[in-house]
Amino acid sequence: MTIDLEGIKKIYQIGTQEVAALNGIDLHIKQGEFAALMGPSGSGKSTLMNILGCLDRPTVGSYKLDGKEVAYLGDDDLAKTRNKKIGFVFQNFNLLSRISALDNVALPLVYAGKSRRERAERAYHFLKAVGLDTRANHQPNELSGGQRQRVAIARALVNDPSIIMADEPTGNLDTKSTTEIMKIFIDLHEQGKTIILVTHEPEIAACASRQLLVRDGVITRDAGRGEKMDVV
Amino acid sequence: MLFNESVMMALKALIANKLRSILTMLGIIIGVGAVIAMVSIGMGVRKNVQDSIASLGSNMLIVQAGAPRVNGVRQAAGSGENLKLDDSDAIKKKIKNIDYVAPSVQKSYQVVNGNQNWNTTVYGITSEYMAIRSLTVNSGSFLTENDITTRARVAVIGATVASNLFGSTNPVGKNIRINNDPYKIIGVLENKGQSAMGQDQDDCVLIPVTTAMERLMALTSIRTINVQVSSAEKIDQVQSEIETLLRQRHRIENPVNDDFQVRNLTSIMETMTSTTTMITMLLGSIAAISLIVGGIGIMNIMMVSVTERTREIGIRKALGATFNNVMMQFLIESIVVSVIGGLIGIVVGCASAMAISKFGGFNTVITLEPILLSFFFSVGIGLFFGIYPARKAAKLDPIEALRYE
Ligand SMILES: Nc1ncnc2c1ncn2[C@@H]1O[C@H](COP(=O)(O)OP(=O)(O)O)[C@@H](O)[C@H]1O
Ligand SMILES: [Mg+2]
Repeated sequence: MTIDLEGIKKIYQIGTQEVAALNGIDLHIKQGEFAALMGPSGSGKSTLMNILGCLDRPTVGSYKLDGKEVAYLGDDDLAKTRNKKIGFVFQNFNLLSRISALDNVALPLVYAGKSRRERAERAYHFLKAVGLDTRANHQPNELSGGQRQRVAIARALVNDPSIIMADEPTGNLDTKSTTEIMKIFIDLHEQGKTIILVTHEPEIAACASRQLLVRDGVITRDAGRGEKMDVV
Repeated sequence: MLFNESVMMALKALIANKLRSILTMLGIIIGVGAVIAMVSIGMGVRKNVQDSIASLGSNMLIVQAGAPRVNGVRQAAGSGENLKLDDSDAIKKKIKNIDYVAPSVQKSYQVVNGNQNWNTTVYGITSEYMAIRSLTVNSGSFLTENDITTRARVAVIGATVASNLFGSTNPVGKNIRINNDPYKIIGVLENKGQSAMGQDQDDCVLIPVTTAMERLMALTSIRTINVQVSSAEKIDQVQSEIETLLRQRHRIENPVNDDFQVRNLTSIMETMTSTTTMITMLLGSIAAISLIVGGIGIMNIMMVSVTERTREIGIRKALGATFNNVMMQFLIESIVVSVIGGLIGIVVGCASAMAISKFGGFNTVITLEPILLSFFFSVGIGLFFGIYPARKAAKLDPIEALRYE
C-alpha cells in the first residue's frame, strides 16, 4: 500500500496559455501514513488529490500505486482502481440525494459486483462504525452536514480500500462535526489505514503523522507530526 | 446482476419523475396504440371483403356479358348483349363437375303496393339462384321451374321490401306492381341483414328470369351466370371449359375478341385480400411514424436527464462505475420507458380497436402480429434513441461531472 509520485506535472491549456497546476511533484507515502496536505487556495492540492485518487491523469510523470504504474491507465481501468483501492471523501459529500444512506454506502459495492445481501450487510456494518446505523434508511437531505460526511466516510470505507483520500472533508462543517469527523480519521489511522487529507486548518493538520505544504504546484515543505507549518 | 440493479434504478428514476415519465411515454403509447388500432381497422376491412366474397358461395365462377375490361378499357368491340339463356343451358348440359348454374338479370324499379312505393332492385333469376345464394323463404314458397318456363308474373320479395310496402301484414298472396304490371307475391325471404359490405341484402325482388327478360325488361340477353363448381380443384378446369364452350357458341376464334368474361371468385378474393393487406400496411406504417416521433421524445428527455444528473454520473464514476455501467444504466432507463409505454400502448390500441368496432361502425380485427411488431419496434426505438444520450453520459469525465453545478 504505497504511493510513489515522480515528476508529476499537470498542465491546463487555457486558450493559448498553459497553466501548470502541478509543476513537478515527487512524493512517497508509506503504508499506514496519515498525511495532511496544506497550502493556499489554488496551489494545486485538489489537482494532486484527483491524480492520487485516480480520478485524473497527470500530464507527465509517474504514479506507482502499490508498485504498479497507474498514471496512464484507460478510463475503465482507472474506474476499477478507484473502486478497489481508493476511498474518496469530498468536501461537499457527493451523496446521491434520492437514495437512502444505506444505499449510498453500498454504491461502490454495486460496481464491485457484490451480491445484494453482501452489499446490505457491509454497508450496514460501516454505517454502524460511523455511528449512523439508526439512520440507515434516511435520505441525505434528512441528515445534518456532519452526518452526511459520516455517510460519505462509510461509503469510502465499504470496499476496504488501501487508501482514504479526503479533500477538505471538514470544509463545510461546524466545529462540533469537525471534531467528530477528525476523530473517525484518527481512529482509522490507528487501525492502520493510509490517509491523505487536504485541510486549511493547522489544528487538523496536527492530527496527521505527516504534513505537506503545497505551493504553486510544488511541495515546498514536508514535516513530521506536530511541527508547526506556516500555511500562507 | 448489474442488469437487475440498472432496471431497479431506472424504475426508481421513473417513479421519482412520474409526470415527466408519462409525458415521455405518451409518444410511444400513441404510436403503439395507433399501429394496433390502424392495423385492426385494415384487417377488419380485409375480413369484410373476404366474408362478402365468401357469402356469394364457395367455388363460384361468374360469367359476365361484355368484353373483359382492363383498367376500365373494354378489350374488344361488341354490345355486351351476346350472353343468352341458351348459353346458360348449354353450360349446364355440356360441362361436368357443376352443381348449379344460375343465370340472372337485374335492374332498378319502383315497386308499388296501393299508395306505397319503394325503389329496389329487381332480379330475374332461376330456382337455382336460391341454392347458390343459400336463400330461404320465411313464408310462402320460392320460384319453381314451372314459373320459369311459363314466364309467370310471380315474385319473391326481401324483408325490407315487405315491411316498406306491407308493414306488418303478410304479403304472401298479395299483388305488387312493377312497371305497372301486377306480380303475385308467392314468398318472403328470410331476413339476411346487411352484407359485410354494408349493403341491405333484404332489399330485393326476385322474379323468374324469363319473365324479367321478356315481359319486364325487354331483354334478349342476360347479364350474369353464376356457376357453382362441385369442388375447388375443378374450378380452373371448369373455367376453361366454359370459355371454350362460349367461344364456340359465339364463334370467337381469338380470345382477344371475347364478348364475355369468366371470373373466378377465389382469384378475385386473392386480389382483394392483397389490396386490403397493402392498405393495412400503409395504415400501419403511417401510424409507425408516430412511434419514431415518440422515440425522438425519449431521446429528448434522456438528454435532459443526462444533463440534470451530471453530478450523479460523476459520483457513480468516482466510486468505480465504468463506461459500460453508466451506459447500461441510461440505456435500460430509456428501454424501460419504451417497454412500459409499449405495454400501455398495447392496452390503449386494443381498447380503441374495440371501441371503434363498437361505436365507429367499422369492423376491427385485432391480431397478434401488429401487437408484437409494434411492441418490439418500440423497444428497438427506445434502444436506438437511448444510445446517444447514454453514450454521452458514459463518456463524461468524472472530475468535470463532479464540478458541474
Ligand atoms: N479544469 C481546469 N482547467 C483549468 N485550470 C484548472 C482546472 N482545474 C484546476 N485548475 C487550476 O489549477 C490550479 C490548482 O487548482 P486546485 O488544484 O483546485 O487548487 P486548490 O485545491 O489547492 O485550491 C488553479 O490555478 C486552478 O485555476
Ligand atoms: Mg481544492
